[in-house]
Amino acid sequence: MSAVIESHGHDDHHHGPAKGLTRWLYTTNHKDIGSLYLWFSFAMFLIGGAMAMVIRAELFQPGMQIVEPEFYNQMLTLHGLIMVFGAVMPAFVGLANWLVPMMVGAPDMALPRMNNLSFWILPFAFFILLSSLFMEGGAPNFGWTFYAPLSTTYAPPSVTFFIFAVHIMGASSIMGSINVIVTIMNMRAPGMTLMKMPLFVWSWLITAYLLIAVMPVLAGAVTMMLMDIHFGTSFFNAAGGGDPVLFQHIFWFFGHPEVYIMILPAFGIASHIIETFSRKQLFGYASMVWAMASIAILSFVVWAHHMFTVGLPLAAELFFMWATMLIAVPTGVKVFNWVTTMFKGSISYETPMLFAIAFVVLFTIGGFSGLMLAITPADFQYHDTYFVVAHFHYVLVPGSIFSIMAAVYYWIPKWTGNMYDERLGKLHFWLSFIGVNVTFFPQHWIGLAGMPRRVPDYALQFADWNMISSVGAFLFGASQILFMYIVLKTVMGGKKATPQVWEGSRGLEWTVESPAPYHTFTTPPKVN
Amino acid sequence: MSYQKYYVPEDSKYPIYIATALFLLVMGAAGTINDLGKPESNSVYILYSGFAVFAITLYFWFRAVIREHIAGLDSAQLQKSFVFGMGWFIFSEVMFFAAFFGALFYVRNFSVPWLGGDGEKGLANMLWEGFEASWPVMSTPDAGSAFVLADKSMSWPGWGNALKWLPLWNTIVLLSSSVTVHFAHLALKNDNKKSFNTWLGVTVTLALIFVGLQAAEYYEAYAHYGLTLNSGIYGSTFFMLTGFHGFHVMMGGFMLAVMLSRSVFYNHFDPHNHFGFEAASWYWHFVDVVWVMLFLFVYIL
Ligand code: HEM
Ligand SMILES: [Cu+2]
Repeated sequence: MSAVIESHGHDDHHHGPAKGLTRWLYTTNHKDIGSLYLWFSFAMFLIGGAMAMVIRAELFQPGMQIVEPEFYNQMLTLHGLIMVFGAVMPAFVGLANWLVPMMVGAPDMALPRMNNLSFWILPFAFFILLSSLFMEGGAPNFGWTFYAPLSTTYAPPSVTFFIFAVHIMGASSIMGSINVIVTIMNMRAPGMTLMKMPLFVWSWLITAYLLIAVMPVLAGAVTMMLMDIHFGTSFFNAAGGGDPVLFQHIFWFFGHPEVYIMILPAFGIASHIIETFSRKQLFGYASMVWAMASIAILSFVVWAHHMFTVGLPLAAELFFMWATMLIAVPTGVKVFNWVTTMFKGSISYETPMLFAIAFVVLFTIGGFSGLMLAITPADFQYHDTYFVVAHFHYVLVPGSIFSIMAAVYYWIPKWTGNMYDERLGKLHFWLSFIGVNVTFFPQHWIGLAGMPRRVPDYALQFADWNMISSVGAFLFGASQILFMYIVLKTVMGGKKATPQVWEGSRGLEWTVESPAPYHTFTTPPKVN
Repeated sequence: MSYQKYYVPEDSKYPIYIATALFLLVMGAAGTINDLGKPESNSVYILYSGFAVFAITLYFWFRAVIREHIAGLDSAQLQKSFVFGMGWFIFSEVMFFAAFFGALFYVRNFSVPWLGGDGEKGLANMLWEGFEASWPVMSTPDAGSAFVLADKSMSWPGWGNALKWLPLWNTIVLLSSSVTVHFAHLALKNDNKKSFNTWLGVTVTLALIFVGLQAAEYYEAYAHYGLTLNSGIYGSTFFMLTGFHGFHVMMGGFMLAVMLSRSVFYNHFDPHNHFGFEAASWYWHFVDVVWVMLFLFVYIL
């Protein structure tokens, strides 16, 4: 059979990219698709960020100044949904597209056409979500967790569009994940055993598994909502024998693994960068893999820590408290390994390394506040206050998003062939670092002092810290414009990058030229 | 065997058409549902056009893949990708059903007993005092005009009436179809195309019978039992679980029918090359297993 292949009409691997717009519409190339995902994610990051600016502007002072409470709720909801499903997740999928095939020595993703489909669903889905702003009754206003009955009995009509948008986003994620898993399982170069895989690949293998396991559950949840709203069922309606709390169980059975979906790839990225700039081999590779696997498995049995106050049976409160605390063990292992990798390394502090170190430190702060929240009786105090907001923003912004920025600085020379401007990169880092902490650290305090989350107005005693938090947010927001400038500048030109780019970098992607040729590893490399 | 290149199609128009079709489909569906009862709404045409683009593109996409296979473009490695891909797709379907089974489990074991005053959260009974928990829930906690109460459920009717009980026949039909599709597979492996076609034809027929029986059951429920989507949590879980299962039976049956026509009209498939059929048959077995769970948890227990 192999003879047929070689003689067949065109050997596409010598082609470069097609010209014009159709290159992007029809492409099956994992690098093109990776770029599409990354640009899409960045656009969503800016849109979701603009909404955050509206939120922080309203909260700058107590009282209602800028927006109506109804609109505030829509901004809050869309901000959460867009950042989670539009910014963080697609960015990681984009990185997986660019990197996984190169890291395992594969010619492309396993199912290239489906790969294109997974991407192109997203612009449509988010167009629907955003267009709901202009529909009668406004956009979804029930928070990114869309609890019933807010999202059913009391929802605006646009909820139907929201439900279907979630359906197709789910389809996109599932197809994307199938592609990643199959690529990793089936396309590794000879000699690359599982335990030789780069950690980013491992992190994505586990993430993709989580995605395939929980996105369908989310689809089930929104389907039940749809039926309750329009077709008379009573899943979430106690009057008919259902239970609104059932919604929360299903949502968080998806939702908790989802938060790990947004952090596991970050773990992989941090491992690569810290290793490279410490000029040492990563400490504890195998324990890193096991830690990620145990985090993933545990993430299925902790969901009700989001529901401590809804009235769970005592046994459930206890079980979910202990199970949640257990996650701190593998998480601690990872942090220990990163720190130990740096220990006695000959460290240099290029921008990716700065972001990676900040990731380790600030993510750990988020982990600690998570542990506080995991203590059931304490959570009765913290729940639904700004303390929770501080917690998840610490794990998501200087956690997931810093890791994405670190990844962009680290791999952009490989993508574009140009070095980014190190001075500007450092400036971007410090502005972001200061901005993030000024924004979110005070939220711990106002939360502990009792300020509820999801409010457009608040009591006077919270005024000072809210104003500081808003100033931090504007700083953080503004510095992302600098990020865009740096990226664009690098795409246009700059100092030429060598294939290896960084002195300490190792792995297959650093063996090909920079920029990476349109097709890499059409015949698999040998891995020892 | 020396290394055979992994086939990466150069570019493709199909995915963007499918993405557009999905966009039209969901815009049309959401618009139609929101406009239910408004005859002037045009959304349903968006829905139809989305469906048309979807179906047509899918046809050409699969045709292209089949042609690539016949041209020998796909290596053993690529075929393995399809195998893995199908396997993980079925896993995602399992998790979709898991959400509904989980809901059923939760209402039966927790929320309904609580509403009836039992268990640790029996306090909930104060919402509708006098509500007595039972399964199937035949009278909802709030028996107001929002619900049309059923007077009969679909549960196991006792040995005396077992033979008149449609779900039992459904079970027999679907379980035997799993066996017949397996016979078809064995026949194909023995290179007996005639026997393959026959067994596959029998399987597709059984699928049709199943769908027919289920339609009869639904008719029965709506017309004679008063059991509808509107009759509280029992009706909700019953129709959602059996309904989505039925929908999957139709999809699986359609896939098998496509495989049958490929075999009959185009003489596709030989003892070693028949992944399309195999994938459809895995899907069929999956649908079958879901039914067994349904039979157990929705009908019998
Ligand atoms: C050591 C690890 C962690 C622990 C123990 C933990 C624990 C918790 C707990 C108990 C809550 C519920 C608080 C409440 O609503 O009262 C919570 C909320 C949350 N956590 Fe974590 N968490 C951890 C890590 C993470 C990570 C890594 C992420 C994401 C990358 C994350 C994202 C979130 C989000 C988004 C929420 C809020 C959801 C909402 O109500 O809107 N957490 N966490
Ligand atoms: Cu959680």
